Amino acid sequence: MTPPLLQALRLTKSFPGVRALKGVSLTLHPGEVLSVIGENGAGKSTLMKILAGVQTPDSGEIRLDGQPIELRSVHDAQKYGIALIHQELNLADNLEVAANIFLGREHLRWGLIDTQRLYREAETFLTAVGLEVHPATRVSELSLGQQQLVEIAKALSVQARVLIMDEPTSSLSSSEAATLFRVIRDLRSRGVSLVYISHRLGEVKELSDRVTVLRDGENAGDLERAEIHHAAMVRLMVGRDLSQFYAHEPHPPGAPVLQVRDLRTPANPRHPVSFEVRAGEIVGMAGLIGAGRTEVLEALFGVTPAVSGSIRLGGTDVRPESPEDAIAAGMALVPEDRKHQGVILEMAVRTNLSLASLRQDQQHGFLNRTREASLSEEMIRSLRIKTPSENQPVQFLSGGNQQKVVLGKWLALRPKVLLLDEPTRGIDVGAKHEIYRLMEELSRAGVAILFVSSELEEILGLSDRVLVLHEGRLTGELARADLSEEAVLHLATDTLPPDPVPASPAP
Amino acid sequence: MKKILGITTLLFVVCVLTSLASDSFLSAYNLENLVRRTALFGIISIGVAFVIVTGGIDLSIGSVVCLVGCGLPWLLTTQGWSVPAALLAVTALSLSIGLFHGLLITKLKLPPFVVTLCGLLLYRGIARGFTRDQTVGFGSDFKGLRTLATGEIPLPFLGGFSLPAPWIFLLVVAVLAAVFLNRTIYGRYLLALGRNEEAARYSGINTDRMVILAYVISSGLAGLGGILFVLDVNSAQPVDFGNFYELYAIAAAVLGGCSLRGGEGTIVGVIVGAALMQVLRNMITLVTTHNNIEFAIIGAVILAGVIADELVKRYAIRRRAARALAAEG
Repeated sequence: MTPPLLQALRLTKSFPGVRALKGVSLTLHPGEVLSVIGENGAGKSTLMKILAGVQTPDSGEIRLDGQPIELRSVHDAQKYGIALIHQELNLADNLEVAANIFLGREHLRWGLIDTQRLYREAETFLTAVGLEVHPATRVSELSLGQQQLVEIAKALSVQARVLIMDEPTSSLSSSEAATLFRVIRDLRSRGVSLVYISHRLGEVKELSDRVTVLRDGENAGDLERAEIHHAAMVRLMVGRDLSQFYAHEPHPPGAPVLQVRDLRTPANPRHPVSFEVRAGEIVGMAGLIGAGRTEVLEALFGVTPAVSGSIRLGGTDVRPESPEDAIAAGMALVPEDRKHQGVILEMAVRTNLSLASLRQDQQHGFLNRTREASLSEEMIRSLRIKTPSENQPVQFLSGGNQQKVVLGKWLALRPKVLLLDEPTRGIDVGAKHEIYRLMEELSRAGVAILFVSSELEEILGLSDRVLVLHEGRLTGELARADLSEEAVLHLATDTLPPDPVPASPAP
Repeated sequence: MKKILGITTLLFVVCVLTSLASDSFLSAYNLENLVRRTALFGIISIGVAFVIVTGGIDLSIGSVVCLVGCGLPWLLTTQGWSVPAALLAVTALSLSIGLFHGLLITKLKLPPFVVTLCGLLLYRGIARGFTRDQTVGFGSDFKGLRTLATGEIPLPFLGGFSLPAPWIFLLVVAVLAAVFLNRTIYGRYLLALGRNEEAARYSGINTDRMVILAYVISSGLAGLGGILFVLDVNSAQPVDFGNFYELYAIAAAVLGGCSLRGGEGTIVGVIVGAALMQVLRNMITLVTTHNNIEFAIIGAVILAGVIADELVKRYAIRRRAARALAAEG
């Protein structure tokens, strides 16, 4: 039997405060599509970066055609025919398509770039990926889907045998995704092996020959073609039954707390959005990356104030021009980028926990240290923040515990509306479960919760209602009874039907 | 705390070495001068420390010292203003300079380096303009006013040694600054935004207002320094009065434990840092025959200090991370 094309054996990798990989193995056969799935923080990205030479493992072995190899740099990986296509594309969008494909490997003629030859050769790779644009087109003029195809063409031009794709569809429309799938199948039939990473289990089921599931930096199990079912994948990903994991029990919501009408964000000023969130209700906001979800939350929270529209909070009109205003009105935001916007990494757990409530607890401008100490003690206990002491700098906590610190900071203020942007990104399954439980408890206590997530399972599992955005506009609203992966993806990716589904307007 | 201990040890070592190499180091005259200069530089160093804590920089301090130091005698002698009016005018001027810097940096989002570099050129130029580049001074007048800087407060139990008057200002400024930085919510806001301005803003802190305040404090204390410097030396030459003082102040703050990345610093450390800078300068004058290598030595000492600090920090982070991992199992 021929050896597997690419094999990773017992890879480990640690970062300050986290063990990202605790001995992960992976096997890729020639000419197959292997999907690697797992929740946020399971270690998928780290594994892929190691295979592409972006990072080096602490221990473990990588074999190509049965021979041990060392991947010290991206260049090494390319030499062995392994190429990674990042979720955020790495193209110089000020340059032409051909220039991007051959960046760093330009054909020269008398010391100058041989443009004609570049164009000629670029053409063949573009044809191979089914992209019909002239090689002299500037990348900035292409759609995201087309740019993705340029990346694939670039990978083919280095004779890639292994193509790793990290969430390639997270910003594609459904027709662009369909083109991508066709290209993937075509590559497979030509003997290229693909490692496919996605959160969308529907796609995974459609494309994969095999599935490897990771959970908290370990192998949770492999599925062969016949075993690839939605329930089986989820069970391996979260390590327990789904119903137990998303413990959301809908309860009758109260009066509307947050009423948003014709809100226009600076990023999408042409598409006003209107919606409301009731007391004790959990509303999910779904959509592709770049659909404008974060922008809505940031407009509500005054980070980038809305261009126009009205925001009513508990019946009073508010116009947040800064987070300061939004907090005064009773809102709180758990931001998308935890390390840069959520916590101050170098500062102690206590200092982070008290940061937002210092003002309300002040004594004529002076710090109330007694209150600060009791607050941090209370939050560490009630949120079960795992830290050796309240003086530990937050950077040494795991992602999940850091996120709990962010939540604790807001709970001290007892907000009426809690906004969360990708609240479980990059945290382990156990911490995730605790964050869900906390959201559940808060909603029971009457807090109105609006959360953005790119994990469909999370949207489906937690929401009483789901708002779906596509390219800045609200394309629909789904009640819990109508929720399904297909329904959400349909609204999130398809071009609008001629008569758009109206969102329930605020009264 | 460890940082202050380290820098204090260094100060002590340099003092001992200098006193061994030169007999005049421990003379009453030299010591008193040294202590007085330390107080004066301590004040402007505390000012720039506030800006450094926010992650910014203030290169205009020396020129503000010059503008105020030339402006005060010019107003009093050439223009015939009354003492309170002249003091009020230069104080208001230095505070508005800080406000101007702060507004440009927060509202127009200009880099602090550029804004205060332009300030450095601008204010010295203005001072040279209105004085027509002529030395201004008090001559033999204003003796009473000058006591603010030249006076001495006899200390009981310490033999003939007395405390130079600028120390009163330094002590008041230092206590206020330390209380502000460590005990008020605004001090906490400054430290927080210095580490991570975005997270501070997302936590509801009006970061712009705090940054503006830091620049006002910096220029304000530079102004106070300018007043005391000129009262101390009696006259000021616009072309070089206060020259390079911003660098001495920044160096003192950095040696004293302020990170140029922001979010870190103690007032005591800054004062010790200012003392170390003065002792180093004193050592160079006393021990070497030529003063022209002063900058080379000071540059080398600061560089060594910053490198040592960075290495210690890296080591500590690695150890802490290893321990955190071990604890998680």
